[in-house]
Amino acid sequence: MAEVSYQPSALRPAQGVGGSIGDFIALMKPRVMSLVVFTALVGMVLAPQQPHPALAVIALVCIAVGAGASGALNMWYDADIDACMQRTAGRPIPRGHVTPDEALTFGTVLAIGSVATLGLTVNWVAAVLLAFTIAFYVLVYTMWLKRRTPQNIVIGGAAGAFPPMIGWAAATGSVGIESIVLFGIIFMWTPPHFWALALYRARDYERAGVPMLPVVAGADETRKQIVIYSALLVPLGLWPAFMGLAGGLYVLVSIALGAVFLAFALAVYRTREGREADYAARRLFAFSILYLFGLFATLLVEHGINRFID
Amino acid sequence: MADDERQEWERRRRMRSIAIALALAALVVVFYVATLVRLGGNVLNRPL
Repeated sequence: MAEVSYQPSALRPAQGVGGSIGDFIALMKPRVMSLVVFTALVGMVLAPQQPHPALAVIALVCIAVGAGASGALNMWYDADIDACMQRTAGRPIPRGHVTPDEALTFGTVLAIGSVATLGLTVNWVAAVLLAFTIAFYVLVYTMWLKRRTPQNIVIGGAAGAFPPMIGWAAATGSVGIESIVLFGIIFMWTPPHFWALALYRARDYERAGVPMLPVVAGADETRKQIVIYSALLVPLGLWPAFMGLAGGLYVLVSIALGAVFLAFALAVYRTREGREADYAARRLFAFSILYLFGLFATLLVEHGINRFID
Repeated sequence: MADDERQEWERRRRMRSIAIALALAALVVVFYVATLVRLGGNVLNRPL
């Protein structure tokens, strides 16, 4: 593998030909954005009343743009540590394609625009929740927790858990207890998901000075915490069925995916040396994405089937 | 800045300008559609 050289290029002003459209799209973290939109869609569809389809599309676009704003503001603030990490060194600011000022302006305009548009066209409960989510991700997670505590992604994970609540609020104008359960699933899912990543990227985080759990407490403690959070997540994953949000199909899928999640988490706990340990962590990280997608997709499909039957 | 770099810089600036214009046009459509949906037939109901 080619040697990657890490240079604090974020500290230089951007030079050359300026950012392309692709660079600005990359600032919005499109992969994160897609998961945000999907979970918001599920929250919206499961709500007891449905918005006009045009307003539903507008709401989802606003939520997507709000998520993109969070990503851009995160990349603006974290440009210095992004430049030190293999996973993030290719982002537009460390590469010198976009200046930090451009990213700050881009993110701020998108944040204000998405919140204002959601409030003016859909409702202000959803807009306030979106504003809170952006502020939480940027101010609480990125600026405050990320560089200070290994609990950064535990508390900061709340930002990623809000989208189903925003979708629900866009449909109903309120926050139902059911949407809080969806929030809880993503909130509990975030630590094992990110700690699995942090296990095989620990050197990156250490070099950047980010106090992720494997860097501060060690890999073994991280493995223990992954198992604890996974054991809490799997029963929580069944909760939508008890709330009347889901039926038999969801229970089956939730149990099956939950069993695999736990098995992979235990494999991470048991396998502590060499390439096998690395592989176990990568496998859990990849499967955790499939797990969350599977749960929410099943909620969506089952709800669609029930509506079709009714 | 060399000629080819300048051309590329101008091309990217033009693309960014087009993207901003499209975003503004989309915003106009969004507010137009939202107004029609929220007001429905009442959009024409105003005192003369």
